[in-house]
Amino acid sequence: MPRTLFDKIWDFHLVGQRSDGRDLIYIDRHVLHELHAHHAFTHLQKEHRAVHRPDLTFAVQDHTVATKPGRNDETNPSGTAFLKSMREGTRQNGIRLFDIDDPEQGISHVVAPEVGIVLPGATHAVPDSHASTVGGVGAMAFGCGASEMTHILVTQVMALKRPKRMRARLDGRLPIHVSAKDVALRLIAELGVAGARGYVVEYAGTAIGAMLIEQRMTLCNLNIEMGGRSGLVAPDDKTFTWLQGRPYAPKDAMWDRALDCWRTLVTDTDAEFDREVTLDCSALEPQITWGTDPSQVVGISGRVPKPAAIDPSRRAAAESAFVYMGLQPGTPLNGLPINRVFIGSCTNSRLPDLEVAAAVVRGRRVAEGVAAMVVPGSTSVKREAEAAGLDRVFRDAGFFWGESGCSMCAGGNGDRGAPGERCVSTTNRNFENRQGPKVRTHLASPATAAASAIAGRIADVRQVLSGAA
Amino acid sequence: MEAFTRHAGIAAPLLKDDVNTDQIAPILHSRGLKEDYKAMLFHRARRRDDGSEDPDFVLNKPQFRNAGILVTGNNFGAGSSRETAVWSMLANNVRVIIAKSFADIYRENCLQNGLLPIVLEPGVADAFAARVIAVDGAAPFTVDLVSQRISGPGGADVAFEIAAADRTRLLEGLDDIGLTLKHMNEIVGWEQRAAAARPWLQTAKDSR
Repeated sequence: MPRTLFDKIWDFHLVGQRSDGRDLIYIDRHVLHELHAHHAFTHLQKEHRAVHRPDLTFAVQDHTVATKPGRNDETNPSGTAFLKSMREGTRQNGIRLFDIDDPEQGISHVVAPEVGIVLPGATHAVPDSHASTVGGVGAMAFGCGASEMTHILVTQVMALKRPKRMRARLDGRLPIHVSAKDVALRLIAELGVAGARGYVVEYAGTAIGAMLIEQRMTLCNLNIEMGGRSGLVAPDDKTFTWLQGRPYAPKDAMWDRALDCWRTLVTDTDAEFDREVTLDCSALEPQITWGTDPSQVVGISGRVPKPAAIDPSRRAAAESAFVYMGLQPGTPLNGLPINRVFIGSCTNSRLPDLEVAAAVVRGRRVAEGVAAMVVPGSTSVKREAEAAGLDRVFRDAGFFWGESGCSMCAGGNGDRGAPGERCVSTTNRNFENRQGPKVRTHLASPATAAASAIAGRIADVRQVLSGAA
Repeated sequence: MEAFTRHAGIAAPLLKDDVNTDQIAPILHSRGLKEDYKAMLFHRARRRDDGSEDPDFVLNKPQFRNAGILVTGNNFGAGSSRETAVWSMLANNVRVIIAKSFADIYRENCLQNGLLPIVLEPGVADAFAARVIAVDGAAPFTVDLVSQRISGPGGADVAFEIAAADRTRLLEGLDDIGLTLKHMNEIVGWEQRAAAARPWLQTAKDSR
């Protein structure tokens, strides 16, 4: 019987069925972060339970770390206790920690694929909703809560209900200056914030084939913003080339053997999905959110929608978003004055993201009155960007160039905007108060964020680069 | 985990869709390992700009201050996986959330903690919400997980569906880890088979 990529990975990892009917799915790689790990370590100690596979478990300090150069545990006082607890807990349990001063520290979803911890066809869990970022290399990842994280530490499995299968076919070729972020925002706009609830989504189609691995990760990262349980892309030669030689990836004869297996990780012809959606990417323009959830999206040439144009069931939410965002229906997005730009987060902080932004910024200046910052997704990304001189490009233009971490995505490290500020951000959630009380967040691609920093207004990168803005 | 069989309490209407975990349990600026979950619940929504209590927020109204049942719309608990969004409910003695639907991870977190997530069909949910609004906290509703019924003022009992396995887990207050530990032999057996079939999955070493 023809099977989808999801079925192949799920079936291989099925350990058994629990008495309550849930499937026990083996987790090949488990990655913790400091905001939630404390809960698990406390539980283990209290219940005298041990970590079953510390060798398959990793930990990263990312949510609460300061981004200021020369940072330490105390730079962000509200993170100190979390960082220390993580250090102590991983030491006691024999777990490899990418600590605040580790040369490979960074956001877990950036670090794990970068060092080769996650692999095609592997299962992966993180106590964070953006776990499925690593679906970009063909891994199947699940976000979970703190209790489930503890469950995985003790048993190395998750007790899950088998999800439904969706295929999102992305056809056509992306126009210039249109990125995976724009595709994802459009898809969320079409399907809604709960459109993929209960599904594992396989992203396929010609547009996927043409995407860099980092772009596929951006796409899979945003899967949760339409409610998806997990999201992934079938691995291909691009994936294999990208992974080969990474420190935790298999080597030599083991690599060859793995490669033979990974080549079978495709959805069979005629395999059935529970739902199929398609999006033609050829005519897409840069996208940006206008409201307070990631489905409230328009093209950069668009306007804040009028209530009459909004689905009645979504109208109350839109009305509330107009007020929070300080926007009148019918207002064009392009040209809206801004106070702040953030380039970073597990969504858009990998080297190609920074290269795209730097190409826009090079030889230009951040507009007066705009606070702009770049926070690389990992210390490795930071090092590579510096070797390529990107840090100079950003700094010369007036950007802050920070140490790696989650930073302004959720503001857990103290990086926040001031009340009332309008911020163009490459992150994943434009929820009220997320980037600081009363901060108005517009989600967009790195190119759009960079162009907006230069213009001092929400900008169409195509116009900024052609001198038309 | 505390078992859930039956809860009688005031039902508070928060009739919005997509209430997210940033709203339910915001990451606050000043915090530590021992957080005040009671104060965390809807921390921002409960307050006005000057920090004083917003009397218009539903859980600040006198009749709903001790609500044990929250009635809401679609996709409740969207966003972050933070379990504080469940712990802060329990810290305020909220034991039942009745919604049109839940975000997947939030629902899992509810089940881990004995917070009963009830899903009602849209029409049934709207009719029930109308009753909740009409009674305005003057009398309690009773949620019975054994009979799978909600009873209370303003109409007939409302039946609800819940997966038998989830129901058992809540009724018996089963320890999720304990349930899985019974399968440790199967888990170790799987590891041995995987080590032979796909050895690169069973080892994760830095080769440098």
